[in-house]
Amino acid sequence: MKINHNLAVSESGFLFNPGTGESFTVNPIGAEIIAMLRNGKSRTEIIDSITQLYQVDRNSFEKDLQDFNGILKTYNLLEKDE
Amino acid sequence: MEKKHYERPHIVRLDAGMPGKSGLRSELPPTTHIDGVAVAELIEKYGSPLFVLSEKTIRNTYQKAYKAFSTRYPKVQFAWSYKTNYLSAVCNIFHQEGSWAEVVSGFEYEKAIASGVDPKKIIFNGPAKTREELVLATENGSLIHIDHLDELYMLVEVAESTSQKPRVAIRVNMDTGIYPMWDRFGFNYENGQAWDALNKIMHSGKLELMGLHTHIGTFIMSANAYAVAASKLAELARSLQQKFNHQLKYIDLGGGFASKNTLKGSYLPGSDTNPTFNEYAEAISSALINSHFTPGELPLLILETGRALIDESGYILSTVIANKRMSGGRRATIIDAGVNLLFTSFWYQHQVTVAQGTSQYREDTSLYGPLCMNIDCIRESINLPLLNVNDHVVIHKTGAYNLTQWMQFIHLRPNVVLIDEKGEVHIVREKEKLTDVSGSELIPEHLVKINQNS
Repeated sequence: MKINHNLAVSESGFLFNPGTGESFTVNPIGAEIIAMLRNGKSRTEIIDSITQLYQVDRNSFEKDLQDFNGILKTYNLLEKDE
Repeated sequence: MEKKHYERPHIVRLDAGMPGKSGLRSELPPTTHIDGVAVAELIEKYGSPLFVLSEKTIRNTYQKAYKAFSTRYPKVQFAWSYKTNYLSAVCNIFHQEGSWAEVVSGFEYEKAIASGVDPKKIIFNGPAKTREELVLATENGSLIHIDHLDELYMLVEVAESTSQKPRVAIRVNMDTGIYPMWDRFGFNYENGQAWDALNKIMHSGKLELMGLHTHIGTFIMSANAYAVAASKLAELARSLQQKFNHQLKYIDLGGGFASKNTLKGSYLPGSDTNPTFNEYAEAISSALINSHFTPGELPLLILETGRALIDESGYILSTVIANKRMSGGRRATIIDAGVNLLFTSFWYQHQVTVAQGTSQYREDTSLYGPLCMNIDCIRESINLPLLNVNDHVVIHKTGAYNLTQWMQFIHLRPNVVLIDEKGEVHIVREKEKLTDVSGSELIPEHLVKINQNS
């Protein structure tokens, strides 16, 4: 799960893909996940981090992360080998 | 350190462009309380899903409707349409407010009698009355609205056998300029069936002709259609007066007023576009007052409005069971209330709000119920906040027809509670148990044992 390194991401959750010219908004948890992906964090590290910070159990977040990953793929925001 | 509130991760592509023909998306605030009672507490105490009725809204709506008519017309009487919602608590609120009962079957007739309604204040409509029911209604002096000639002839026989004069009206169907024209109930005005039936009644001498009735359709978006109907009934009344010197006691315009729900396919919400009670009242009252009736002759105006009087007072509280993605990427959310409870979702875009605070993020969502049936869709497309499992949602304007047309199908039916005017919560129908469903079943002797151990 590697994020496209060309993406421009603002702190307020605005995301721009210079490769396609598309813009996105992302909610705060989504922005945190993208920031962690940009920093090369693994899936397990992301799950550990979010479940420590937020009121969510591991199973629920794993499911949501998988869904989020799917959407990032659909929007072509992940590296091609993903 | 206290953990922060969780919202599932969400990303959406920005599409710059003009608003569509439906305008910009609307955002509704959360519904955390109903009549001052917390939604979360209601679900915790009475379970989910849960039907909630607001007594305050029922009474306010009735009073608003009555005022709209009584300030424009001298003699007005509402008759509560039992089929719209025949929970005894609901019927009794309307009866306390002064409504008569309008019933369409022997079962509903019995229910009204059991609730203590004066039989003379029960209007018996419907196309399928049995001889026994007609005898009972005749002996009780109820108002029988004749649907077809077979019923008329049967009533003449009943009159002869009971030596009593049934108090009757005929149901008249007509072209009021709207589509579809309902012509399956009663006798047609334009082709002379109605006048023919009235002549038969008057010549028989066995029936006491009290009034004329029409039910032009349902969810009528044009108040003027009622003006046309009132004018046509007034013309029939004039013909009766001229030919038989017979003065009618009442004209009954039936029901069909639209509630504030939004029909599927509408661009604008029903709360903005559907006629108000004042508009219906103005159209009907003006048509009758401007007809041939002199002030002293004006008949009682009866209204059998159901939907518009009760829809807004009903809510379904429901809980999120799961979130998933459809094959095309669309968000789907499954809740524990489906079309088994919400029959009206087949024709309304029911307003759905969340019951807890959310962020500003929204997602286009398909909202499904819990049934293992493809038809179980509450909203095909609705902008909802990012719901988590166990979050609560509130479905609005569910008071009409759902508590009579709901089905025990796959799931047992839930509790129904009424919040009274003081904010006290009362169960008015208990949730079903397995024995409510299987208790009336009988198993033949050879099918009692199923030999699962062999």
